[in-house]
Amino acid sequence: MPDRAIPGRAIPGLCRDCLETYPEPPTKEARPRRCPACDSPRLVWHPDLDRLSLAHIDCDAFYASVEKRDRPELRDKPVIVGGGQRGVVSAACYVARMYGVHSAMPMFKALKACPDAVVIRPDMAKYAEVGRTIRERMLELTPLVEPLSIDEAFLDLSGTEALHHGWPARSLARLVRDIERELDLTASVGLSYNKFFAKIASDLDKPRGFAVLGFDAATSFLANQPVGIIWGVGKSLRASLAREGITLVRHLLPYSEAELVGHYGRIGQRLYHFARGQDDRGVNPRSPAKSISSETTFNRDISAAEPLLERLWPLCETVARRLKKAGLAGASVQLKLKTADFRQISRSRRLGAPTQLAEELYRTAQPLLEQETDGRSFRLIGIGAADLVAAERADLPDLLDPERTKRAQVERAIDQVRAKLGDQAILKGRGLHLHKGAPSKGTQRGNS
Amino acid sequence: MKLTIERAALLKSLTHVQSVVERRNTIPILSNVLIEADGASLSLTATDMDLTVIDKIAAEVSQPGATTAPAHTLYDIVRKLPEGAQVEIEAGGDDARLKLQAGRSVFTLATLPREDFPATSGDDLPQSFTLQAGELKTLIDRTRFAISTEETRYYLNGIFLHAAQSNSLPVLRAVATDGHRLARVEMPLPDAAKDMPGVIVPRKTVSELRRLVEGVDDPVELALSETKIRFAFGPTVLTSKLIDGTFPDYERVIPAGNDKVLEVDCKSFAEAVDRVSTISSEKSRAVKMAVNNGALTLSANSPENGTAVEELEIDYDGAGIEIGFNSRYLLDIAQQIEGEAAQFTMADPASPTIVREVADSSALYVLMPMRV
Repeated sequence: MPDRAIPGRAIPGLCRDCLETYPEPPTKEARPRRCPACDSPRLVWHPDLDRLSLAHIDCDAFYASVEKRDRPELRDKPVIVGGGQRGVVSAACYVARMYGVHSAMPMFKALKACPDAVVIRPDMAKYAEVGRTIRERMLELTPLVEPLSIDEAFLDLSGTEALHHGWPARSLARLVRDIERELDLTASVGLSYNKFFAKIASDLDKPRGFAVLGFDAATSFLANQPVGIIWGVGKSLRASLAREGITLVRHLLPYSEAELVGHYGRIGQRLYHFARGQDDRGVNPRSPAKSISSETTFNRDISAAEPLLERLWPLCETVARRLKKAGLAGASVQLKLKTADFRQISRSRRLGAPTQLAEELYRTAQPLLEQETDGRSFRLIGIGAADLVAAERADLPDLLDPERTKRAQVERAIDQVRAKLGDQAILKGRGLHLHKGAPSKGTQRGNS
Repeated sequence: MKLTIERAALLKSLTHVQSVVERRNTIPILSNVLIEADGASLSLTATDMDLTVIDKIAAEVSQPGATTAPAHTLYDIVRKLPEGAQVEIEAGGDDARLKLQAGRSVFTLATLPREDFPATSGDDLPQSFTLQAGELKTLIDRTRFAISTEETRYYLNGIFLHAAQSNSLPVLRAVATDGHRLARVEMPLPDAAKDMPGVIVPRKTVSELRRLVEGVDDPVELALSETKIRFAFGPTVLTSKLIDGTFPDYERVIPAGNDKVLEVDCKSFAEAVDRVSTISSEKSRAVKMAVNNGALTLSANSPENGTAVEELEIDYDGAGIEIGFNSRYLLDIAQQIEGEAAQFTMADPASPTIVREVADSSALYVLMPMRV
């Protein structure tokens, strides 16, 4: 770990508007509230400000902000981006958030909380385009940009001081200032010495924030945070930790790594190291998609296997289409279900060989689904291909299962017809019923 | 319990058992090794509930008894003790701790009661016969690379061991396949094995067994039922559950009508494949074999890397054929061929090819070609 801040050492500062930097406060006694150069109140002071170089940048209410930018009449209205009557909130603007709306909230709840909200169907193509523009700007600062989604990324600016004539903190402040000025979108910066703290920091001062967690953050900040702040600690792990009396990060400290691993499995390692602020993950610019998935929320809960399978098939086709387009294949298949009372169930199965075929995804997921249909009602089903590899070795002929080879040939033939005549030109029998009525509504698709 | 044992003997025995213990265990007792001292011997047992290994060694026991202690910790400690050290182990005091002392090093370890350790059922294993360790190694080595990891066809996750007829002679066969390649090796059937049921030995058992028989020359006693198998050799006994499933009828995937027969010098073939595959992308690993009168051309290309071509002289007068294979699969097989010459029997670029050793008909490999 890098050396800690030296007590009594000068505290450097930075103005986020004029980018003026102060190696130490102009007067010894107090840091000014406003920038002596431009009179802006947006000053950051931190003992490690001149030395930290790992950042997490997260756009504020990204989808909603893009919509508001493009439709100025919505500027002061609560805006929710999301789909369908049973869909979920993809993004809520800060006005809507004041009513308690947050992303991933079911739409009906969101509308109950904020009946006046303007609901906008997501326009993923538009957001992706804006996201790309922002990413290009990040790449002008450093090649070490690791996107986490279309609107957030880790940046490692170590060693860029000479190139950019200033501290990484200053380069970051300029980046978000320029994004704001030129793209009319705001973003929040979290600056620290590793990914774990950078990600936490970007959330501390949202929106339009700039938060710094220094080299002493493990003791000065983290220890008294709830364990849920540790990435990967979800509801169920939090509950089992709570049973041991572990609710705050510092409660983890007395345990050895072996004890935590013994109790909680692999995540125990993460608990041990993250609780000490140790995170040696590098910023990996080519962190490719880990899975490709598609899911749908039903208008009415479904409990029987057959109608669930009917919904599953078009999702398999969607995932397969995207795998084929990306030249990828999945070596395992993940089935996701959400029960009527919002419990999420994930089941996965490793394949003998990677596949990009809808048919194999479906056949792998089918028995997994049938095991779960025990009378419970489900509100959502999803399918994903994970452990992605390049498609070259996907769906090779199988010695033991000549049918598999034939099915692959059939699907490739269908793909060729569709490429020429459009997706509706040819359907498998399994997909036919969907075209008797209207196509299913409320489909949510996303990369994960 | 109190005993003294030489470090090297203890380490060897711990090495035998500790790798059965999974690094991460939800059931704490499964992280432990069962230590039993009785008479003049120390017995160590490790299990993952499916697979149990017991190893017995001579020790100076001054007070018999039993306890369990963390396997990996114990192994790491003994490994780091100086060579030639005498290790003193003591347990059974009031504090439920195990004390290990060697020279000036003293360790105390948390223990769990012996009663909590899952008992290995003394199941009735009605079939038993003996193999030479070398024979067992051959059966494993020539098939294990083809074991599948697929979860859906779980019955492929092991080696299928069974009695069969080959040229109307009774043989003991080991078969493994992952759908892309199949390996079949056989040896004369021991008389005592003629009524054995066909069993599928799981992957982990295969690899533990292979590790344990390394360097062993003793005969190996096999005993089995339809659900369990036991291998005993020297002081070591491995007992494992079998995969509860039906191995597919593999005979029907071994093609009978392939007419293009190509013989290659195995060593130079393997070296050439290895060289050429340097270029084939890690993604596809494909190597193309173009067979013509008098020459076999191996080639690979990758859009990122470039191309590679190598020509081998061969004796071949059949029709020309171009066929692609996963280079790693070719090398896996070539590695198991000990004789000079290997024979490819092909039909067409889309159908399974047979590979075997010319001088030794006991092993046969089937390989599915790739599109190239």
